[in-house]
Amino acid sequence: MASAKEIKTVLFGPIFANNPIALQVLGICSALAVTTKMEKALVMGIALTVVTAFSNLFISLIRNHIPSSVRIIVQMTIIASLVIVVDQVLKAFAYNVAKELSVFVGLIITNCIVMGRAEAYAMKTGPGMSFLDGIGNGLGYSVLLLIVAFIRELFGSGTLFGVEILPLVSAGGWYQPMGMMLIAPSAFIIIGLLIWILRTFRPEQVEKA
Amino acid sequence: MFSNNDSIGKTFFVVIALCLVCAILVSTAAVQLRPKQVENKLLDSQKNVLAVTGLLADGNIKELYTKHIQERLVDLNTGEFVDMAPESYDYRRAMKAPESSIKLEGADDMASIKSRANIAPVYFAYNDGVESGQLSAIVLPVHGYGLWSTMHAFLALDNDGNTIKGINYYEQGETAGLGGEVQNPKWTAQFVGKKLLDESGAPAIKVMKPGNAAPSSAHEVDGLSGATLTSNGVQNTFDFWAGAKGFAPFLTKVRDGALNNG
Repeated sequence: MASAKEIKTVLFGPIFANNPIALQVLGICSALAVTTKMEKALVMGIALTVVTAFSNLFISLIRNHIPSSVRIIVQMTIIASLVIVVDQVLKAFAYNVAKELSVFVGLIITNCIVMGRAEAYAMKTGPGMSFLDGIGNGLGYSVLLLIVAFIRELFGSGTLFGVEILPLVSAGGWYQPMGMMLIAPSAFIIIGLLIWILRTFRPEQVEKA
Repeated sequence: MFSNNDSIGKTFFVVIALCLVCAILVSTAAVQLRPKQVENKLLDSQKNVLAVTGLLADGNIKELYTKHIQERLVDLNTGEFVDMAPESYDYRRAMKAPESSIKLEGADDMASIKSRANIAPVYFAYNDGVESGQLSAIVLPVHGYGLWSTMHAFLALDNDGNTIKGINYYEQGETAGLGGEVQNPKWTAQFVGKKLLDESGAPAIKVMKPGNAAPSSAHEVDGLSGATLTSNGVQNTFDFWAGAKGFAPFLTKVRDGALNNG
């Protein structure tokens, strides 16, 4: 097993230093779709973390036996199976959230983060580190999703995790919700601003012009 | 066993073995979690029935449901009640199975649902509890095809069997933000107080082009902007289920006082 420092880089690196959404700009589709509410974002983050971690683990375990001609299909089969299992578990234990997330859980299959980590990391690295790498990238995705969802839910609906923070005008309060926060383009703008902030503090992430 | 990872033998072996393992994993999960999912579905349907009648409150949904809602089965062809335990009746299965449904073709199939079950569940809501006998709403399950999906809704009527008390689209796969707005409570609110049927007893709800519905009209509602086909689907759903192949025989019996005699 690798040194403690290496583990730390693999696990926490993807949160700010190498964020899959902010730096690699992967997984944007679901980031736009599931960030209207904190609860949805949290469940989606957990689901993706679980899928990435375990797909990395299993792919890494059999990496020396995967024929290179069918490796993408093999990876997809493993990822798809895991996604179906996660979907079934959500339907059984978190039905309401599963209903709202609907197709997006299924679409984890096509989330570039999962495929990207499987192909770029798990195919070359041992199972322990691959598993941690999956968790790390899942965390990076979740953290960004939660930040976006925090802004969108707070200003779009005046709530956080469904709990009222800013009382709405329609319910006798003072806050006029920003309707734009509830539609997908707002997430685009927020993610753009987050990338800007991140790159201001970490200039090494700026691409060379 | 294999000298080369890329030999044809090894490739087939890996692919088949992997498929077997994944298939077993997926089917085990599906079978094991099935009972829990069925229970969730039932609870969700009960919640939606309560929601459309305005009886949904905090607390145990099962208790609320047993307290306020009585479920009965109705023969759609005759409009008579059927003596059968509603709990054991699977409406979704019955509407597809040829022995328990009728085929709809051409002009009969305006909601594009292909077949209709012979027996449908109907829910009676009692604001003061079932034992009070004071019926406050009749909830009918309706569905029809929109643009992409079959849209399922509960339609709540006042005990005159005509005035709409609410409609709740609880299952649909229309475009989010456009057709998906059928389930937006702000949109469905405009159905409240409208009359399902005209004086002659024919289906009368008219989903108009957005902004064209006269507020004073007893039958007109605004369609969804940017979702003409979904709005048409809603129109068709109303036309079908308020019509002769839908709940019309039952609703006629309701207006003639079938409910007062038990």
